[in-house]
Amino acid sequence: MKTLPEKSRSAAEVLDTYFLETRAKLIEIAANLDRVDRSPELIQVRGDMRLTFIDRALEILRGPGPSRAEQIQRLYSKE
Amino acid sequence: MFIIDPHCHMVSRTTADYETMALAGVVAISEPAFWAGFDRSPAGFVDYYRQLTEFEPKRAAQFGIDHYCWICLNPKEAEDLGKAKEVLAEIPKFLDKPTVLGVGEIGLNKNTPNEAKVFQQHVQMAIDTWEKSKAAGATGGHHLILIHTPHLEDKLKGTKWTLEMLKDFGSKIDHSRVLIDHVEEHTIKIVKDAGYWAGMTLYPVSKCTPQRAVDMIEMHGAERLMVNAAADWGVSDPLNTHRTMLEAKKRGHALETLMTVFYNNPARFFGQCPKFKPRPMRVEEVRE
Repeated sequence: MKTLPEKSRSAAEVLDTYFLETRAKLIEIAANLDRVDRSPELIQVRGDMRLTFIDRALEILRGPGPSRAEQIQRLYSKE
Repeated sequence: MFIIDPHCHMVSRTTADYETMALAGVVAISEPAFWAGFDRSPAGFVDYYRQLTEFEPKRAAQFGIDHYCWICLNPKEAEDLGKAKEVLAEIPKFLDKPTVLGVGEIGLNKNTPNEAKVFQQHVQMAIDTWEKSKAAGATGGHHLILIHTPHLEDKLKGTKWTLEMLKDFGSKIDHSRVLIDHVEEHTIKIVKDAGYWAGMTLYPVSKCTPQRAVDMIEMHGAERLMVNAAADWGVSDPLNTHRTMLEAKKRGHALETLMTVFYNNPARFFGQCPKFKPRPMRVEEVRE
């Protein structure tokens, strides 16, 4: 059974609350990837599974919700 | 508001942290036995168990905090079966100490066969050593059990395997007396659906954030769910439990929900051990 707040917030209110945080995290991801790209011997990480994981996680972000977090957790899980 | 932190490694924290936690409303802490950052000798474990059962309760009491603990050989040191045998032989001596709640945090770390063997031995011990406690007036079929689940990419497989191993114990295991910790988005449902208590750990990078923890409370319900800071010797924060409560408060959750998750649920689960003193509380508005 779900446990919800006393007063539900609209999607717009939730977006207002978390947009800046989300923006900051996306920029952080971009900067992390740029840092890898700027580093010497970039060829060593071509095909690295971790970069593949990031690519696939970004595809999940582009897809529909509301279980993106769980999908990324599963993507990163060893079976 | 009063808070019970169900999983905090206080041996790694300063006395100032106890004071900070007390100022922030923490009235009780449960501290599972864990890895010290290096592998210890069997004799080192006995010293550690004495620290947990003798020294930490006194340090916490200076700030009005009740300190409880759990005893085990943690999964990270379970690979050496010879050492595990020696350490496990010492554990029953501590289970009846006045502040020991049960066996934990046991479980898997890298999902190896040896870790699984030692996990099963711990569960069997929780069952076998129960008779003595039962004679002292306790109810239930085994000591309370606190289970660690693996990190990152090993978590899902390890959690599933843990549930399978528990299932093998059949009716000897009372699901309401088992807390499975460090659940995340991909493991919370299978743990709660199986009837166990679940713990969410707020830990930078490798585990959960306050925002995600509140998402999980909303999606999976507050019933049989706890939040802990698990603060230890790594980069961690004993007030992360509070940050989660603040996030829930900011989203408009009722005081009753906050009481349920951050106080009453731990009080209910731990309260199954008669040594645990805090009892569930009710929020009541008084009109005068």
